[in-house]
Amino acid sequence: MKHVVKILSLVAAVSAFWITLLQAAIVPQSFTWLLPIYFVVSLGCYGLLMVGIGIMQFPTCPQEAVLLNHDIAEAKDFLSTNGIDIGTY
Amino acid sequence: MAEEKERKGEKKYKYSVIVPTYNERLNIALIVYLIFKHLRDVDFEIIVVDDGSPDGTQEIVKQLQDLYGEDRILLRARAKKLGLGTAYIHGLKHATGDFVVIMDADLSHHPKYLPSFIKKQLETNASIVTGTRYVKGGGVHGWNLMRKLTSRGANVLAQTLLWPGVFDLTGSFRLYKKSVLEDVISSCVSKGYVFQMEMIVRATRKGYHIEEVPITFVDRVFGTSKLGGSEIVEYLKGLVYLLLTT
Repeated sequence: MKHVVKILSLVAAVSAFWITLLQAAIVPQSFTWLLPIYFVVSLGCYGLLMVGIGIMQFPTCPQEAVLLNHDIAEAKDFLSTNGIDIGTY
Repeated sequence: MAEEKERKGEKKYKYSVIVPTYNERLNIALIVYLIFKHLRDVDFEIIVVDDGSPDGTQEIVKQLQDLYGEDRILLRARAKKLGLGTAYIHGLKHATGDFVVIMDADLSHHPKYLPSFIKKQLETNASIVTGTRYVKGGGVHGWNLMRKLTSRGANVLAQTLLWPGVFDLTGSFRLYKKSVLEDVISSCVSKGYVFQMEMIVRATRKGYHIEEVPITFVDRVFGTSKLGGSEIVEYLKGLVYLLLTT
């Protein structure tokens, strides 16, 4: 099943639930009408939260740059003594 | 040694490492050295797909072939810059390994992680092992806040829309079972990093077993911002395309 079909069925199911809620009036209708908006806003907040958390926890590795420079020096050394034309880069 | 392994029932696999290059005269030599350094007891070949680099990359590759052997380093060049996806397909045609590793030539992907890719695959019998920069043990160096923001934002958006099953969608340091790569790549049509996303999403949809290993990524392209407005638009278009067609 294509992914978009999955998503659309989910949307359809949630919409059906929402419409039932509207008609059954267990919860005040004025509240039910606003539910989709609450949902979209919460989704947006959740997204922003995830981005924020992701940035705070973003793994950095400054030591890797140092290690890389060591590796590059070692490689250049080996290559120049074995006839590879490294040149001036 | 080989006989011992066979008696124990361990199969010895061969790995083809495809490295697309364009003007990577120095980096290709460095990366070849590092691959040989870290894959000492492994049966592998390196396939360099060079798109007619004007800086003499191919001459360096030929020198490397003299040093390491033409059976270990294959130069399968093309006439001009033809794009990454087709570079992989081209390299794949010449690959004789059981597994294929794809990696960048600019040393942002460090060959020291190759053993961990191989180990992970052998342990889990995964069809694909992808390197992820965004977990503990992995990481990125050389990105400013703006770059991190766009990366995180893009990732959250893609995760929410596509449910891809991997943390790092746009990474391109991956190990594939050869047959799996052939299958997945034949159904991909995007370009650039959307192509990398398309590969992993299609693989997920097809039900392939995908594992991740942490890798570190040192961005050496300092000073050039690769993410302008047009890149963002392309990305969003790519997401919608993947949403609708996978």
